[in-house]
Amino acid sequence: MAASDADRSGARPWLLMSPALVAVALLLAVPVCFIAVYSFWLRTAVGTEQVGFYLDNWIEVLTDPFYRDILIQTLRIAAVSTVLCILLGYVPAYFIARSATRYKTLLILLLMLPFWISYIIRTMSWINILGVSGALNVFLLWLGVISKPLEILYNEGTVVLGLVHFLLPFMILNIYVSLDGIDVNLVDAARSLGCTGWQAFLEVTLPLSLPGLAAGSLLCFVLGAGTYITPMILGGPRDAMFANLVFDAIITQLDWPLGSALSLALLVILGSVVLVYNRFVGIGQLAKSFR
Amino acid sequence: MTGLRRIVTGWSLIRAFTVLVYLFMFLPVAVVVLLAFNANQFGSFPMEGISIRWFVELWNNEAIVRAFKTSMLLGSLTALVSATMGVLASLALVRYDFRGKGLITTALVAPILVPEVVLAVALLLFLRWLEMPKSFPLLMLGHVIFTLPFVLLIVQARLVAVRREYEEAALSLGANPVQTFRDVTLPLIMPAVFAGIIFAFTISFDDVTGTLFWKPGGVETVPTQIFAMLRNSISPEINALGAVMVVITVAVPLLGAALARRMAAALR
Repeated sequence: MAASDADRSGARPWLLMSPALVAVALLLAVPVCFIAVYSFWLRTAVGTEQVGFYLDNWIEVLTDPFYRDILIQTLRIAAVSTVLCILLGYVPAYFIARSATRYKTLLILLLMLPFWISYIIRTMSWINILGVSGALNVFLLWLGVISKPLEILYNEGTVVLGLVHFLLPFMILNIYVSLDGIDVNLVDAARSLGCTGWQAFLEVTLPLSLPGLAAGSLLCFVLGAGTYITPMILGGPRDAMFANLVFDAIITQLDWPLGSALSLALLVILGSVVLVYNRFVGIGQLAKSFR
Repeated sequence: MTGLRRIVTGWSLIRAFTVLVYLFMFLPVAVVVLLAFNANQFGSFPMEGISIRWFVELWNNEAIVRAFKTSMLLGSLTALVSATMGVLASLALVRYDFRGKGLITTALVAPILVPEVVLAVALLLFLRWLEMPKSFPLLMLGHVIFTLPFVLLIVQARLVAVRREYEEAALSLGANPVQTFRDVTLPLIMPAVFAGIIFAFTISFDDVTGTLFWKPGGVETVPTQIFAMLRNSISPEINALGAVMVVITVAVPLLGAALARRMAAALR
């Protein structure tokens, strides 16, 4: 009976999945394999590509100090943003998880709101605040603290600020999901065994919330390291990130083989971060914030 | 007594910190909306009175209206295609057992984990190699790829909670699989399908990373239009456009949530 059941359903799931599978295969899997091949081609002086197996792009990407410096800068910006998200996000996540139900619903609804508000609007909103004629400068001038506007925009700090502003909701949500799943009795048990509130937090709550913290950090780091919009809007000319190099190679210079090598390098670096995470935490944790 | 007071102050510190973090998340956006009503012609502080002139100018700006229509069409089509694919695939993944399920789940969710810029370059180069020019349908298919995983995750989570017995009852009463899906399964998972559609619409409506690579020449969506306008400098018009975007991207999901709740209530 079981066997005939399996027989009957044999083709059906594949039929149901075929549109999605074909789409992912044709629009993602094949193209990614394709840029792997393309990265070994060569761009000639006349602007056409030389088909073949050349290591030139890869040698350039891996040895040129220009690319290495920007890669380090990218990883640094993403890491600093992630750490700031943890520092800013843990306490609100804890507050949401432990507050009374009616506030909780409101706080979570508010937390979802930034996901819906356009990323580009949220990023450019900082120009209104930190720009030469922005809110902060106008306020300080009015107070008389400064006599001419401060130039605080368009540097690495504002890129980090923009990223933190964009990534923070992801972090809070993931930590919250983890904290909310902790049995409150465990904390009570620790307290009744003589722990202070702080000790109970350090010994029970914090360790149990680490999976959510890790999931949030992974999302923040990968999303942060892959962006090119934030540095273009809030960064100065020297604050390019790795994805800006890809954009530049493909859209501005039309050097497709070099762009392929650069984007593949980014994929390998961020992919290995995901693999390390999957080895220690498991990808399943990320899916929990969708329930 | 001192212990109690310490707990109380500890909690109020946590609350104060939370309020500050929420302000950090929302204040800049509030400033955009505020400045959109600024009568001052440079769109900066100090405010010189309330005016809706920038909204009128938006309405009269042909490029922006065109970008707006493009974004609406793109978002709607993306959401429909993505939801159809996502629902069918979720049915297969939740309702059937077959070999390689884990691998296929990973493959279908993979677009979330691939940096969007890599996705964008890969698809663009592949199409170039096929000698297919950039076009609106291809832009939409690009959007389908990175919205599909979200629809899949949302619908799957709901489908797992729908008991098989309902479907089996319909089947044993003589309904064929298509009828069973249409009359039993689909109504039960409708809130999730709806949530998926709205999620996909918003992601597509918002996207700039992939769209800048894929859009055909001359076609602009609202975010790429804003991006192009930002190249010059920030203007009150951008703030007004931002305010409109905020209203749409916030109102659509809220309306959707209300509708979904009503649908769920009607089912009970």
